[in-house]
Amino acid sequence: MTDATTALATGDLAATQTSYMAQVRRKRMYSGITLLIFVLLMVSGFNIADARNAGGFWDGLHNIFDFPYAVVSEAWAKRDQLPAHMLHYVPALVETINIAAVSTLIGALLGLVLSLLSTRGMALWPALMPAFRRIMDIMRAVPEIVIALVLIYMMGGGPVPAVVAIAFHTGGALGKLFSEVNENASLQPIEGLHSVGATWFQRMWLGVIPQVAPNYLSYALLRFEINIRASAILGFVGAGGIGYELKNSMSWGMGKFDEAAAIFLLLFATIMAVDQLSSHYRNRLTQGART
Amino acid sequence: MTMLLTGTDLKQQAEGLLARKRLAAIAVPTVILAYFIYIFFAFDIAGLSQRLRLDNAATLIADSYSYKTEVTRDHRTGATTVAIEGERKGQYPADAPPDWVQVQGNRTVIDMGQGQTITLLPDNAVTYVIPGYGVIQAQLSNGRITSNLTEPIPDWINASGTRIAITTDTGRLTITRSKTEVFRYFWGWEMFWFALDSPYANHGVVSLLTGPQLDPARSNIAGMWNDFWMNPVWRHADTAWAISETILMAFLGTFGAALIALPLAFIAARNFTPNRVARFGIRRLFDFVRGVDALIWTIVLSRAFGPGPLTGALAILVTDSGTFGKIFSEALENVDDKQIEGIASTGAKPVQRYRFGVIPQITPILLSQILYFLESNTRSATIIGAITGGGIGLLLTQAMQTQKDWEEVTFYIILVILMVIAMDWLSGMLRRRLIQGSGG
Repeated sequence: MTDATTALATGDLAATQTSYMAQVRRKRMYSGITLLIFVLLMVSGFNIADARNAGGFWDGLHNIFDFPYAVVSEAWAKRDQLPAHMLHYVPALVETINIAAVSTLIGALLGLVLSLLSTRGMALWPALMPAFRRIMDIMRAVPEIVIALVLIYMMGGGPVPAVVAIAFHTGGALGKLFSEVNENASLQPIEGLHSVGATWFQRMWLGVIPQVAPNYLSYALLRFEINIRASAILGFVGAGGIGYELKNSMSWGMGKFDEAAAIFLLLFATIMAVDQLSSHYRNRLTQGART
Repeated sequence: MTMLLTGTDLKQQAEGLLARKRLAAIAVPTVILAYFIYIFFAFDIAGLSQRLRLDNAATLIADSYSYKTEVTRDHRTGATTVAIEGERKGQYPADAPPDWVQVQGNRTVIDMGQGQTITLLPDNAVTYVIPGYGVIQAQLSNGRITSNLTEPIPDWINASGTRIAITTDTGRLTITRSKTEVFRYFWGWEMFWFALDSPYANHGVVSLLTGPQLDPARSNIAGMWNDFWMNPVWRHADTAWAISETILMAFLGTFGAALIALPLAFIAARNFTPNRVARFGIRRLFDFVRGVDALIWTIVLSRAFGPGPLTGALAILVTDSGTFGKIFSEALENVDDKQIEGIASTGAKPVQRYRFGVIPQITPILLSQILYFLESNTRSATIIGAITGGGIGLLLTQAMQTQKDWEEVTFYIILVILMVIAMDWLSGMLRRRLIQGSGG
């Protein structure tokens, strides 16, 4: 840019044009090289993944609808039993939703405390702020399945390992989002409360929470949406709920696909419903905060 | 002042409002508490203490930072072997046991640390010298184990006619009818650097780097690297492969999804597609692939493509193309029309209008979303890998299913966390640089 401006100042139009064209060419070359590297990475990555997969991509491509077709045709043949199957799996679905709800609640409480402890001006021990930030980073980095598998080994299958695993990760993830919200909150109410001798808990409860509650709720709802999916997946590795039932009905294979179809439908409907509900309430919360 | 003007009406109103607020402040925690109480019974938290296997937990914790070396004497053959964790791969050669095991003729003297010594004597006899307690002697003869133990027997000794087990801080001695076993515990992860058959095992770092060449065929550093990388117990090369496979799944899935979602997002955006039917169709398609969820896609796709990293990558790709489609089309609807009009006024064709009027506006949003998903998909790829069988997720589940090498599980968990933190850092750095760079 500096070349162009100096050239313009001397009034030499031709020099301006050449320097501008040179810059454009250089920029194009850089984007071209970046694009080339990206394409190479994608193609070679695909080839590596294809080579290491049990079945190849091109062989599998025309089989892709075989399994959905088998499930749908079997479910259609036994369509009169479908409502009964769906009813049968409702308790498992309730367990999955409960796992997501409890872990979101616990995770949100954890994240609330951690975020307050790691925000400037609100921290109870300002010297420990970086430590709490690192704790949140690590909590966020732990995939749910790691904790879930270890706990399943220790306490057997069931909802509790899933709750602990999801809540741990949620605590870190929400903690980070919450602390971003906290940074935009006004510190004046806290100072005011401090001057009248309020304790740390009172300052947070009366000075911070009313400011940030709508944004917190909105993030927690988004997390609930994510956690429903997570709790279904963890069920598949043994942590109870509808994922576990899905794994069982899948392992029975042909002849039980109507039950798998019922579970697919329930799971799909639940995820869609929670998505819609949460986005509706999130819109209301953020719009309410704006006015 | 106002109270005088409007009388008691305002006061009542204010009090009513306060009362309602106070009620809400109590109601929310009460509802949450009630829900927790319901969960307490629904999830049978009270029964958890019975289901909790504390011995499993203790094994897991002890194994994650320490290992045991077993000295075993078979009572039928009389042969003595020394092996780390009792595994064939960790067996010491018979002529070169570790220095705390000494073979003196027909006696084997085992130094247990803290002044304790176990001596395996001929005729299946054992003595255990424990400072502060005394000398325990035991022998197997005619199928019965006799010992000099007298009442009261302390609780760390478990003795009967067919089995004696003595557990101390440093190890454990077990005598049964078939064999005598001595466990000695050590800190750390066994054979993490080199397997026992490597010439570099049991040497310090300094002596390896500065000392004489141990293997005439290769230099110390090259040999050390080869023996470490090809370690048959820890398989570092395979682990590195698994990590890169997981990252590959996340990379292919995320960027593939973005490539598919971008053109479709133009169809789903109101200001680019006046055709309501096409818009509605594409939007429902996005909702459908997003709603079906990665779990179901993984199952469906692994039926077609078999287990492996490609299946995982495709599962991420399909799910995220729905999510990206939604985000991208919302970004496109918020595009500023003035830039497009400006480009159009110079006589640009539609493709040029998109290229110079739209893409520069949405690039920062798209890139930051894609990079954010790249990080979160690294975590998903670990989980999907555990289900479909690829990457570090598979290694983790395999190590857990064998239920014995918990130090490997610990190692994999640390690697996974480091991997996610590294991806988080990388995606954050790229996000900052690309978004600032594209503005200038």
